[in-house]
Amino acid sequence: MPGAIYAEGLVKTFGDVKALDGVDLDVPEGTVLGLLGPNGAGKTTTVRCLTTLLRPDRGRAEVAGLDVLKHPNEVRRSIGLSGQFAAVDEYLTGRENLQMVGQLYQMKAKPAKARAAELLDQFDLADAADRPAKTYSGGMRRRLDLAAALVVSPPVMFMDEPTTGLDPRNRQLLWDVIKRLVSGGTTLLLTTQYLEEADHLAHDIAVVDHGRVIARGTSDQLKAQTGGERVEVVVHEREHIATAREVLAGFGKGDTTVEEHTRKLTVPVTGGAKLLAEVIRELDTRGIEIDDIGLRRPTLDDVFLSLTGHVAELRSNEENGKEAAA
Amino acid sequence: MSTLTDAVRGTAPAPGGSIGQSVRDSLVVARRNLIRMSRIPEMVIFGLIQPIMFVVLFTYVFGGSMDIGGSTSSTDYTNFLMAGIFAQTVTFATAGAGAGIADDMHKGLIDRFRSLPMARGAVLTGRTLADLVQTALTLLVLAGVALLVGWRVGSNGDTNAFRVLGAFGLLLLLGYAFTWIGALIGLSVRTPEAATSGGLIWLFPVTFISNAFVDTSNMTPWLRHIAEWNPFSATVQACRVLFANPGQSASDAWPMEHPVWASLIYSVLIVLIFRTLAVRKYRSAAA
Repeated sequence: MPGAIYAEGLVKTFGDVKALDGVDLDVPEGTVLGLLGPNGAGKTTTVRCLTTLLRPDRGRAEVAGLDVLKHPNEVRRSIGLSGQFAAVDEYLTGRENLQMVGQLYQMKAKPAKARAAELLDQFDLADAADRPAKTYSGGMRRRLDLAAALVVSPPVMFMDEPTTGLDPRNRQLLWDVIKRLVSGGTTLLLTTQYLEEADHLAHDIAVVDHGRVIARGTSDQLKAQTGGERVEVVVHEREHIATAREVLAGFGKGDTTVEEHTRKLTVPVTGGAKLLAEVIRELDTRGIEIDDIGLRRPTLDDVFLSLTGHVAELRSNEENGKEAAA
Repeated sequence: MSTLTDAVRGTAPAPGGSIGQSVRDSLVVARRNLIRMSRIPEMVIFGLIQPIMFVVLFTYVFGGSMDIGGSTSSTDYTNFLMAGIFAQTVTFATAGAGAGIADDMHKGLIDRFRSLPMARGAVLTGRTLADLVQTALTLLVLAGVALLVGWRVGSNGDTNAFRVLGAFGLLLLLGYAFTWIGALIGLSVRTPEAATSGGLIWLFPVTFISNAFVDTSNMTPWLRHIAEWNPFSATVQACRVLFANPGQSASDAWPMEHPVWASLIYSVLIVLIFRTLAVRKYRSAAA
């Protein structure tokens, strides 16, 4: 039985660019899938296909048990979409924005008004409710945008980079909202450029590159796939690098990598903290002064790098929007 | 899965696509655009200044040197001119509609609307309806200014309130039709800036190769032909007839002989064609 969000072989081509090259997804009801990928990988295009904004060239998709291609309008009733740009009318007040969205979800004027008031409270926007959204800070706008996506408490939510460009406090605020939503049973598909965010919020992660899902699993599974822990040492003196390398080779389970200019040595290991203690003792015995030493577990950044073979270009926020227009 | 689906269907209203829903959704969007306009009064004011400037400039700069039906009196020119200025003013609403829709695309609002279970076309219909309200206000103010500089209906024959209102009705219909062209332009360009200039440029030949500002009988034959079949000229001629103002083209071109019908037919055709194209474009629009 397919999940609340299900896609099979989605293909979408823009001119010469194959934005989606057979995307398969299956998100069980009540869970969060984090869609992770470099810019231009096809994350936004996937979301646009699943939210009826874009017709895939090939493939099949179901959202909330409804065929996206055959019943787009029914699907629209069951979903909320919060995009990477805060899509609110900046000349309308927060209240007017939410009321309008409610009415366009086919609520009557009165219930739409009541629901708007409720959401403004819930999203900590009550004080600014009757000011034009133009006067809101970036974080407030993003909250308003998310509130707009939740007007009818849709069972399935799509969030396209919900916290891009937010300060840590606002990001934390949104994370709390998202967690509350999911604990209430909402199914969520989330794209993000923050690996930390996927780690934090998503039950499952799908890594997308060149329009395909290249890996999926829980964050722990993906990290395990990349390899285990490693010891990182920064020696104080450049001339100690060679000796330190010898020491590490004795403990390591693979090749030691050396960064000359930062005097950093890295070696894959097994054995955890106990081994780390041994390494420190041995280095000390040999009279090597160290600036820093630690046991590192792979981050999602490492996962990403080892899977896609290139560094995630996470800084230019524009790209994902353009990917859809290309 | 079935529980989830049932829950959604249970709370969902009757299937969309009905005329009632179309009207309701369009009005919600129109209201949104009117609130916007009220919060950006400078846009409404600039929209007014331009036609007023045209009235004043044309009346006082060109007024004494234009030959209207053998007369070069500046009063005759003012009475001739106003139908043209009114018609030009309503068509300039096109650029506003285009820029507004392009701006909505750019800001991601069109995406939000397209993800909502609302009637197709309501976003565009709401916008064009709001522009119609603005156009009506502009016409009202402009008519006041015209009266101040000496424009009078019935200066060249008899007319009545019914005919004068009919003329304004045709003007509004023309303006409404042109906002659908603006909507299509707005959906087709990448930036609001491009929509503003792209929405204006083509209006100059359309409004100047016409009977709006000069007597078409002074044009070279091929240009005159274009001017007399120009949909825009039909409305101008219809207004002159209904206002009983001077300078009606004496031509055997069908739109000049039956200007009221021609104006109606042209405007309705423009709405039908450009609404269809714009709604289709909207449904596949990508920000």
